[in-house]
Amino acid sequence: MTAAGDVRDPGLQPERTRLAWRRTTLSCTVVAVLAVKLTVSDEIGAKELTGLALSALVWVAFLAVSHRRIRSLGTARPLPLSHRGALLAAMCTIALAVFGAALIW
Amino acid sequence: MSDFVQTLRLWFAPQRVRDEGETPDYRFSLANERTFLAWLRTALALVGGGFAVAQFLPDLRWGVRVGLALALLAAGVLCSLRAVNHWVRCERAMRRGEDLPGSRFPAVLSLAVAGVALTMVVLVVFGWAGR
Repeated sequence: MTAAGDVRDPGLQPERTRLAWRRTTLSCTVVAVLAVKLTVSDEIGAKELTGLALSALVWVAFLAVSHRRIRSLGTARPLPLSHRGALLAAMCTIALAVFGAALIW
Repeated sequence: MSDFVQTLRLWFAPQRVRDEGETPDYRFSLANERTFLAWLRTALALVGGGFAVAQFLPDLRWGVRVGLALALLAAGVLCSLRAVNHWVRCERAMRRGEDLPGSRFPAVLSLAVAGVALTMVVLVVFGWAGR
């Protein structure tokens, strides 16, 4: 496959990748909300507040990674995803799982 | 095992991946990224499933509930680690012009999910029978 010069990519690959990031952000939001629901019960103490804050922090971190990537996909010939971005996104998922495990235990 | 450690090093050494071979067409890199994101969503779904089991099945015995939830959470963690690993390996293979790496992970994951689903079916059926 040759580099197509200035011709627009007919497969809309950057657009599809942007939408994939949006879908993933949405999934992360759902999981973060479930984590908050798991944390908050009748009484709210130090443990509940910590869980709430950490879940919110992870969600914001994922949002930041995804937003940066979505913006960098706006150029004509986007660069591949950075290792840092991939690791951060995976770390957010793992962090949510670890909080959940700590709360359930 | 040493192969695994080498790939693990690649996670944190983007320069070493970039030094090899030639940059592939950006569309292939984007397709690889979307595959990574799809695996990440699978991982998030597993984690969310774990949370749901812990919260919405209060009738289960504590041990069963916590065991199932922790198994799902662990599967989510494994799945996201594997997503990064596979993404790095595919990126390297594309730069080198090699075949994309094969993997047993999808088979293992589907067996694990089938196991969880069967457990749930058994629990529901016996739960009704016990009532």
